[in-house]
Amino acid sequence: MKQEYNFSRRFFLKTSSALGALAFIPKGVKAFYEEVKNFIVPAKEQIPLKVSINKKSYAIKADTRTTLLDLLREDLNLTGAKKGCDHGQCGACTVHVDGQRVLSCLTLAATLPGKEVTTIEGLANGDQLHPMQEAFIACDGFQCGYCTPGQIMSAVACVKEGHTKSIAEIKEFMSGNLCRCGAYNGIVESIQKVAAQ
Amino acid sequence: MRPFLFSKSSAANQALAKKNHSTQFIAGGTNLVDLMKKHIANPESLVDISSALPNKVENTTKGISIGAMMRNSATANDAIILAKFPLVAKAILAGASPQIRNMASAAGNLLQRTRCPYFYDVTTPCNKRQPGSGCSAINGENRMSAVAGYSEQCVAVHPSDLCVALAALDASVVVNDKDGKTQTIAFQDFHRLPGNTPQKDNNLPANALIRAIEIAANPFAKNNAYVKLRDRDSYAFALVSVAAALHLNGDKIVEARLASGGVAHKPWRWLAAEKYLKGKTANIANFEAAANIAIKDLKPLSHNGFKIPMLKGAIETALKQCLDL
Ligand SMILES: Cc1cc2nc3c(=O)[nH]c(=O)nc-3n(C[C@H](O)[C@H](O)[C@H](O)COP(=O)(O)OP(=O)(O)OC[C@H]3O[C@@H](n4cnc5c(N)ncnc54)[C@H](O)[C@@H]3O)c2cc1C
Ligand code: SF4
Ligand code: FES
Ligand code: FES
Repeated sequence: MKQEYNFSRRFFLKTSSALGALAFIPKGVKAFYEEVKNFIVPAKEQIPLKVSINKKSYAIKADTRTTLLDLLREDLNLTGAKKGCDHGQCGACTVHVDGQRVLSCLTLAATLPGKEVTTIEGLANGDQLHPMQEAFIACDGFQCGYCTPGQIMSAVACVKEGHTKSIAEIKEFMSGNLCRCGAYNGIVESIQKVAAQ
Repeated sequence: MRPFLFSKSSAANQALAKKNHSTQFIAGGTNLVDLMKKHIANPESLVDISSALPNKVENTTKGISIGAMMRNSATANDAIILAKFPLVAKAILAGASPQIRNMASAAGNLLQRTRCPYFYDVTTPCNKRQPGSGCSAINGENRMSAVAGYSEQCVAVHPSDLCVALAALDASVVVNDKDGKTQTIAFQDFHRLPGNTPQKDNNLPANALIRAIEIAANPFAKNNAYVKLRDRDSYAFALVSVAAALHLNGDKIVEARLASGGVAHKPWRWLAAEKYLKGKTANIANFEAAANIAIKDLKPLSHNGFKIPMLKGAIETALKQCLDL
């Protein structure tokens, strides 16, 4: 119900401002165009993309609007990276691009050609888990597991960057990954464990 | 998101040739992609400029130049920045998260839009998003909003941390306009107060590109601090923040710099407090007096009166941290 209400209200607001703009055409043709644009859905652009993910190359066609996160989850069936917020606020979608941790929900797939993406699926070596994955299991670094792929990708980068000198430093440099279950102590312990290896 | 065309440019003039009012440049995308998802930014085409602009810190005759595409994490780790302008690194590291700093560019940080909740809620009036529709924050949820320099039209604050350090250090912004001509804009003239045109955040000429940010050599590398107070310890925008820098001769202050985020529509300089500190002894009593001068004329809104004592404390703390007190 609430959804419907919001929709019709928003539609009304937009319609009324478009009608308002109509009355002022001579004053602002550009403003009118800006309003009308909201009703006309432009043609979707599909672009051919060559992307390399976990050392495998894919040649695909994607809508320009596709984020790396949606490309992974919806098109390539790599569902390890999670969608928590889709707005850069939680870190559940963290992956590595050219070895650096980034947020896949704010990365457009169109920007990826020529770069190497690593996801949680690419971390293990065959059946042998990455030391950080082992540490998360050993130290109870998770409960429900939803934030975990993002936490692990971030944790691997945190160790590589050398931000592990103290618990405070680890916490600061892991602050981009939220955990609703509050598994933070286990996560810090996992990172200390791997950093000490 | 609205559908859009996408292309990448490998040189600044190529990118500028493609730019018009319905085209937007995309750098790290950390702000723009978010705004596009929310239908706040609706460009018809995007030009990826990540390979079109300088991405290094370079020594110049006057000081340094930070390339517009330098990622925030790289800037914060850069040897020249750490040696000569550590305040810049401190401010960057107080902002966002490691992932976002790896993506975010220097220029994009200057041009990021406000975090006013109504700006983000397209069902509410907001003069910045839709000029003439009204300001929902001025009598609404305004605890994050401005305490100085606002107008009836808009009470939003600029959300950047980096910009607070750049304001304190009197940086300048090097811009290439549509015809490729280069101009340099002083940092204090770059961002704007809202006045009657809150839709304009800054004075970047239409369709222009930021090429670099320059900082002149200065004597502040030794005594400086960045203090940021927020709703949680990390990964949150500032309620208030303070960049402080002192040039000392013994215990005498030759020159002081003080700037804040979370105060106004642009990074805010505390010029009267700086003037007061000039020539004084660097001690807690003088720091307190300077903080009192800074907060004297602030005008809080209905829900952000708490920012005044918070600012006073943050200014004192930042000045003390300059001395390692
Ligand atoms: C959850 C979250 C938390 C954050 N917390 C903080 C924080 O605490 N402190 C802080 O300072 N920031 C914070 N940020 C903001 C972040 O730092 C900015 O989004 C980032 O700096 C923008 O840079 P970008 O390269 O990604 O810009 P983009 O999103 O690519 O671009 C932003 C704008 O700048 C324009 N642009 C970019 N480069 C140029 C150029 N060279 N010339 C002309 N125009 C250009 C684009 O067209 C666009 O309009 C946060 C962001 C998120 C998502
Ligand atoms: S303060 Fe500015 S950004 Fe916020 S609602 Fe008012 S006009 Fe919009
Ligand atoms: S899903 Fe990307 S940060 Fe939340
Ligand atoms: S383990 Fe459940 S959200 Fe982190």
